[in-house]
Amino acid sequence: MTTAGAHDGALEHLKREGRIVIVGASLAGLRAAETMREKGFAGSLTLIGDEPHEPYDRPPLSKQVLLGNAVADHTTLPRRRAIDADWRLGVPATGLDMAARRVRLGNGDEVEYDRLLIATGVRARPWPNAEEASLDGVFVLRTRDDAVGLQRALTDSPRRVVVIGAGFTGSEIASACRERGLNVTVAERGSAPLVGALGGVIGEVAAEMHREHEVDLRTGVMVTALEGDPSGRVRAAHLSDGATVEADVVVVSLGAQRNTEWLAGSGLGAGPRGIACDAGCRAFDVRGIVTDDIYVAGDVARSPHALFGYQFLSLEHWGNAVAQADTAAHNMLSVSADRRPHLWVPAFWSSQFGVNIKSVGVPPMGTEIMITQGSPAERRFAAVYGYQGRVIAAVTFDNCRWLPFYEHQIESTAPFPPPFSTVDRRPEGNKPVPADFPDPSVPTHGPTITLSGYSPADRKMTFTPGR
Amino acid sequence: MTQALLREIIDYANRADPYPLYEELRKTPVSHDGDGPYVVSTYYEIRSLLHDPRISSDARNLKATGDDPLGQSADEEGADLPPSFLRLDPPDHDRLRRITNRPFGPPHAPRRVHDMRAELHGLVDGLIDGIGTSGTLDRVDLVDQFAYPFPVSVICRLLGVPREDEPRFHVWADTLAASLDPDPDGDPGQRAKSMTDTRMELGMYLAGLIEERRKNPGDDMLSQLATSDGPDGAMTTMEALSTSALLLIAGHETTVNLITNGMLTLLRHPDVLQRLREDPALSVPIVEELLRYEPPVQLVPQRSTLCDIEVAGVSIPKGASLWLVLASGNRDPKRFENPDRFDPDRKDNQHLGLGSGIHSCFGAPLARQEAQLALSALARRLDNPRLLEDPPPYRQNAVLRGPRHLPIACDGILPKAA
Repeated sequence: MTTAGAHDGALEHLKREGRIVIVGASLAGLRAAETMREKGFAGSLTLIGDEPHEPYDRPPLSKQVLLGNAVADHTTLPRRRAIDADWRLGVPATGLDMAARRVRLGNGDEVEYDRLLIATGVRARPWPNAEEASLDGVFVLRTRDDAVGLQRALTDSPRRVVVIGAGFTGSEIASACRERGLNVTVAERGSAPLVGALGGVIGEVAAEMHREHEVDLRTGVMVTALEGDPSGRVRAAHLSDGATVEADVVVVSLGAQRNTEWLAGSGLGAGPRGIACDAGCRAFDVRGIVTDDIYVAGDVARSPHALFGYQFLSLEHWGNAVAQADTAAHNMLSVSADRRPHLWVPAFWSSQFGVNIKSVGVPPMGTEIMITQGSPAERRFAAVYGYQGRVIAAVTFDNCRWLPFYEHQIESTAPFPPPFSTVDRRPEGNKPVPADFPDPSVPTHGPTITLSGYSPADRKMTFTPGR
Repeated sequence: MTQALLREIIDYANRADPYPLYEELRKTPVSHDGDGPYVVSTYYEIRSLLHDPRISSDARNLKATGDDPLGQSADEEGADLPPSFLRLDPPDHDRLRRITNRPFGPPHAPRRVHDMRAELHGLVDGLIDGIGTSGTLDRVDLVDQFAYPFPVSVICRLLGVPREDEPRFHVWADTLAASLDPDPDGDPGQRAKSMTDTRMELGMYLAGLIEERRKNPGDDMLSQLATSDGPDGAMTTMEALSTSALLLIAGHETTVNLITNGMLTLLRHPDVLQRLREDPALSVPIVEELLRYEPPVQLVPQRSTLCDIEVAGVSIPKGASLWLVLASGNRDPKRFENPDRFDPDRKDNQHLGLGSGIHSCFGAPLARQEAQLALSALARRLDNPRLLEDPPPYRQNAVLRGPRHLPIACDGILPKAA
């Protein structure tokens, strides 16, 4: 029997009666499980999740749920197919024994695997002062339970809400508060909302949106302390500029932390920045050697992307979780020659102040920006980001139907500034300006190959030497 | 060679089944020769051009080139009205479409189409009852007796055309729709005059109605177009006229063909017809598959390039005319498995039947609902329907393709559902 034959035999055995364990029962975990079953995996499948809920969808939590237009309990993710899994919900994974191929659970159980998929995602970064964080009225927003609590607090007509951090989640929360007619103060360390994700030019547009909607926007400040009343309820936030803002509700929206602590000491290459993996979603161990049986997907993964100089990208994007889970599941059940790289082009969306914001590519890599269609003053435009003479990202405000075009520009490393005419080009869009991202050496949030082919199965990459 | 193929596609003799010609066309994703248009026939290329901001829908960007192989002006609205948003680029397109959308769909009018359901049901059942009382069931023309009158009545209700004026509206709609259906034997001068007269009469009528609604606004779309209080303000009277003319023509000619092509396809696939009879919910995937398999708009002949672009290795110069053959893209085997098979159980059916991008069909939710209700009611109530002619006689038009008549026979009309 040839080696390849033996390998195939092992794979057939895995598919027929192997044991696959998925740690993380959210979007990526669920989609991976569905893909595995779709690809004919007939063995045992275990899904482990620390929350007691079945997998649910998070994007509505900071939008429809806060507005009271949807109920948090009703955001359960639709199932694409039956997965016939052994669900271990409400119990966290606490450890990993790579040699014995076992996952330890918080209740003392151990689960053995032949292949492991880690999709433990991220959690909200808590307010650093634990005592202040435990005051009544102080919230983070990441889970369904968070959303239930915050929505209830907003329903009680607080006199003022303070949102700490004006990234996407913080801005969406501020938007929901204003739509509910609540007074809201937003405190942002950067120069404008969304500045880490989209740069200062777009950040300024976002700042105007906040002000137009009567958000009390404070930029260039940090919240230094939260003050409670004698009953343990939050009553004010103190700012670094000396100001005090009285509030009944404070939402801490300072980004996310990766759920990797449970892997400490396991030997897997896991840390605060996620779990490093190769382009095929196979996790690295601490020695930088790729594992054969441990895969990673979703927010917790950090994988090199061919289109962006093989930078290790961690993406907290809904679409990334779906696409990476699909790739990981495919590769877990494939021999090496059939594996495929995770080549999803980063993309995300947000909805705030009545505007639909969408982006593709990696805007923070951009050094310049050019408004190619529409006008920021009208809050309807498309802009592209340039990096070393190529298009690296694009963003649209209420103009998303053009986005597939820009995505293709990114995939094909099209030149920047774009040399062509477009419909709805305004005079201001005729030359690029600095994109104005914060200095990357100052800590803040946020992070040549061409792609061809139309579906993940026929995606190819072409290497082009530098020009 | 290409030109010969284009001529064949436009040739009326091939109207009943252009699909083998499209298959031939797809061998060259972008075909061009001489002065003619650049014809794009493959799915992914069409889709990307529909999202390409270097492509214009505004006829003023078209460099005059040779003769139009369609042999007719594709300008269905005539020169007497300003271009509708269908023929404009952003920002004008976006502004007019937004104002039009406020009374029609989400977020401001999320229930408009849904709330018309009962009324549409009534219209469908009334027309089918009419077939039953019209006498002979040995020869029923589903176009004249059903598929044609239905959408005109719907658009009248939507716009707020008073019920007593509906017959006049039907006549105007018929005449204007006939202009899209060239009659090689007719007198062209006579036709042109009759078109102009009709457009004039319709325009005068609508202008009067708009004026009246400005004073006494109701819940109808015309009132809301004329008095919109959204951030974009209201339309000018001329804009409201060209928009309502667009809604009338584009909205109803295409739905006629969707319903007629649909019944024809179902009668050719009796097993699917039987399934639909038993399960009206199947009308949803059936209509989607019809939009892929027999789309009412076969091609979009009115785009042009704002600069030189390259598509599938072909350089297309600035100002060139582009034809996007949606119906061919819908049968592209690189996108759809067994593309020539009518399969309502098809998964991942992201067809081009309603276009894509900023000009994607404005009336799509209404068209879908009309076709779903019409086909499920016909399936349920026609007793033992059968085709009398296959293929039936088609309209002249290669762009808005569909049967001119659909003669069928049936044994009876079953009572409507309680």
